[in-house]
Amino acid sequence: MSVTDWITQVLEVVVALAAAPALLGWLNQCRAWLQNRRAPSLWLPYRNLRKLFHKEAVIAENASPLFRIAPYVVFGSMVLAAGIIPSMGTRLPLVVSADAIALVGLFAAARVFMTLAAMDVGTAFGTLGARREMMVGFLAEPALLMVIFVASLISSSTALPVITEHLASGHLGLSPGLAFSAVAFVLVLLAENARIPVDNPATHLELTMIHEAMVLEYSARHLALMEWAAQLKLFNYVCIGFALFLPWGVATGHIGPVGLLVAIPALAVKLAAAGAGLALIETVSAKMRVMRIPEFLGTAFLFAVLGLLVHVLLGA
Amino acid sequence: MTHLPLYQQLLDTCAALLLLLSFAMLSQRRVVTLVNLYAVQGAVLAAATLLLAWRTGEGHLYLSAALTLALKVAFLPWLLHRLIRRLEVYWDTEPLLNVSGTMLVGLVIVVFAFALAQPITLLASTATRSAVGIAVSVVLLAFLMMITRRKAMSQVIGFLSMENGVFFGAMSASYGMPMVVELGVALDVLVAVLVLGVFFFQIRERFESLDLHHLEALKEHD
Repeated sequence: MSVTDWITQVLEVVVALAAAPALLGWLNQCRAWLQNRRAPSLWLPYRNLRKLFHKEAVIAENASPLFRIAPYVVFGSMVLAAGIIPSMGTRLPLVVSADAIALVGLFAAARVFMTLAAMDVGTAFGTLGARREMMVGFLAEPALLMVIFVASLISSSTALPVITEHLASGHLGLSPGLAFSAVAFVLVLLAENARIPVDNPATHLELTMIHEAMVLEYSARHLALMEWAAQLKLFNYVCIGFALFLPWGVATGHIGPVGLLVAIPALAVKLAAAGAGLALIETVSAKMRVMRIPEFLGTAFLFAVLGLLVHVLLGA
Repeated sequence: MTHLPLYQQLLDTCAALLLLLSFAMLSQRRVVTLVNLYAVQGAVLAAATLLLAWRTGEGHLYLSAALTLALKVAFLPWLLHRLIRRLEVYWDTEPLLNVSGTMLVGLVIVVFAFALAQPITLLASTATRSAVGIAVSVVLLAFLMMITRRKAMSQVIGFLSMENGVFFGAMSASYGMPMVVELGVALDVLVAVLVLGVFFFQIRERFESLDLHHLEALKEHD
């Protein structure tokens, strides 16, 4: 492991932390433009976080210690996840410790703590949101794993950097299996990050809310960490998508400063495109009833399994 | 990634699209959309045939591509749309199995079809032999659709989609059937749809509905 590898590793986490709120801000901006509204500032999420960090935390009387530590655990898992996703370089010192399946497990751990904390205080909304989050999670996780398995089959490894290196080196080909799993991945991304067809991120006054219902009891720095973790989760998911389906621009092999000079603008361009794309999806689709979510995620699972089958049959 | 020639990648994509459309038809309950999906399936089939004809230089494949385009993309969907308007059947009733259940059964069927097609794949010498499994799954999925639907209209579309699968299977296993057989099958399908169209009116006249479970009872009053 050379020094530049460590620098890339540190840089990757720092960029994830710094760019995650900007990604959300950019998404909200695009959405506002598409809906003919005046766009909020790109820096609004940062100002929000700063405001929340400066406030005094209020915690419910009957909250257990779990309620206090949950934001740190959730935020920590997301930072760790950002460390093992190859968003800029593939030779990262941390990635040998965890492959893609462990990454899914990390997301699951964050989810468990979040739902436990939501049920901890015992309000109706928290429990409601936690139950729905668990329903979404248990339907989305198999689909996500299937998507990862398709990419793993192609590159015969479950380690994300190896997958990325393999796909980036292979010539540009039409792969129906990979295309199907890309569709499945987008559906999972929307569901997991509480985006529009599944959950409405713009309001916390709706009976059908999922994510907002879980963080209703939090305030000040705890809320800030929760929000930041949610933004990081979106950033991480988008970066997993890049690693699996758009691996161009990522520095492979041992990289010098030149590789990073290419990787950073490439990442920025891809993030901007992804944010605009997500905003478009959210604008053209309507929020669906909670009871339709299993069907939505069932479709994602179907796409992923079809991708797997098609790849096994055709791509031998 | 394996380095496949471009036409092979395009053919694989067509095959994958056919499979996807089969699943879309399986999940669709609006009869009008079902007919449109059938037309799209025909178009993908015609594109695959054309690609194969260009690749192999076999003249009769051009002809069958044209036949597919005329019959399955233009004429039959038009006929079915007209029937739907005249009969006023826009929705199928709730299928016997719910949508997610049908999908899961469909996935199992695809695995089964792939296993079934393995020996054929090994025997065939065509460039498209790997698509035989997909053709078999299209046939079986159409069969599943016919089993799970109640309305006569959806069953007929299932039947037509099954014929698409057979056609694609023949094409990928041996570059298409002889022209005489192909023409015969095309004529058969045409006549079948025309006759079934007459049947629809008769069934509705008798039972005032196109729900086929009325046909399951042997006597009117038990």
